[in-house]
Amino acid sequence: MGWLEGRFEESVITTSLEQAINWARESSMWPMTFGLACCAIEMMATGASRYDIDRFGAGAFRATPRQADLMIVAGTVNFKMASRVRRLYNQMPDPKFVIAMGACTCGGGPYYKYGYNVVKGVDLVVPVDVYVPGCPPRPEALLEGLMRIQDKVKAMKDLTKGQPLTVPIPSRTGYTLLPPELNDADPQKAQEKQNEFARRTKEKAAPAKA
Amino acid sequence: MTSADIIARLEQQVGDKIKSKNLEAIDAFVVVEPSNLLAVCRFLKTDSRLEFDFLNCISGVDYLEIDPKKVAKAGFEPHLEVVYHFSSFRYKHRFVLKVVLPRWKDDKPGELPEVPSVTPLWRTADWHEREVYDLSGVFFTGHPNLTRILLAEDWVGHPLRKDYEFPLEYHGIRGR
Repeated sequence: MGWLEGRFEESVITTSLEQAINWARESSMWPMTFGLACCAIEMMATGASRYDIDRFGAGAFRATPRQADLMIVAGTVNFKMASRVRRLYNQMPDPKFVIAMGACTCGGGPYYKYGYNVVKGVDLVVPVDVYVPGCPPRPEALLEGLMRIQDKVKAMKDLTKGQPLTVPIPSRTGYTLLPPELNDADPQKAQEKQNEFARRTKEKAAPAKA
Repeated sequence: MTSADIIARLEQQVGDKIKSKNLEAIDAFVVVEPSNLLAVCRFLKTDSRLEFDFLNCISGVDYLEIDPKKVAKAGFEPHLEVVYHFSSFRYKHRFVLKVVLPRWKDDKPGELPEVPSVTPLWRTADWHEREVYDLSGVFFTGHPNLTRILLAEDWVGHPLRKDYEFPLEYHGIRGR
């Protein structure tokens, strides 16, 4: 913040209004209590104490769309439900975000070919911000999806309109930091080490003959 | 009573109403004409030695080979079957009854084949018959409220028919 920084008392910070609002917004995304199928169980696990989506400020599941910012579409959307999903989306106040959780909402999933009543992706019904594939995705994956939503909020420019919308830069990449014995400066060598490690673990996990 | 005993009992009492029987199948069954279904079912329920007081399930089966190369090998003529599974709480025995229907009434596509409803005998049949109507397209005459149970009211067609064509679009949502 340039020449202003550190000129005031200790408890005073300087920031731009836009950043402050985006920070407040991303730190309290309120999802809607809304589950359609098995992915909802995984969403509940994400909200429970082990994975604890509340660490990212999105733990206040609201029972009404009018208080929610985030719709996590968890589960198969069929044609009969599609109109209801769209109505719920329309009832949410702006700004609103949608996570398509699971293979079914991303593109029909296992019902793609023979599911006569399944919508082939919830993006045919409502605009989707983040796709979280998996069947169902692990809670970590859903948390990752939430972080991508937060990146998107961080890049919002509500107050300074007219600026082009840029692709948000992820603040947390989600890449795993490998231990040094599996990493190498040479990517090919690193890959070999990792394959060797995977082979050994697979052997260890093989069932022993009784 | 085993299925063979039950079939013997049926043949003895209402033998003229039974079209054919199959004792070789894992679950031995009899086939009846739709017009005789209610009479046979009433006998199954009220006879003191059978007393089938529970209707487990009604299923609709579509026998149709849509692959023209496999039609010769299919081993059946195109038809529709409605399968009834009964069991008795008192005697702990089970039984299977089938009704064989044409795929379309009078072979006119779109005209659903008709079967009398067994809701007067077993209230369970209400929803089972609605499901068979919804997915397999069998019209149950005398049913109190024969509407779709799973799909939306304005759905077109019966999806578990082998020749069903998937909707391209439903209320503005692309189907495939």
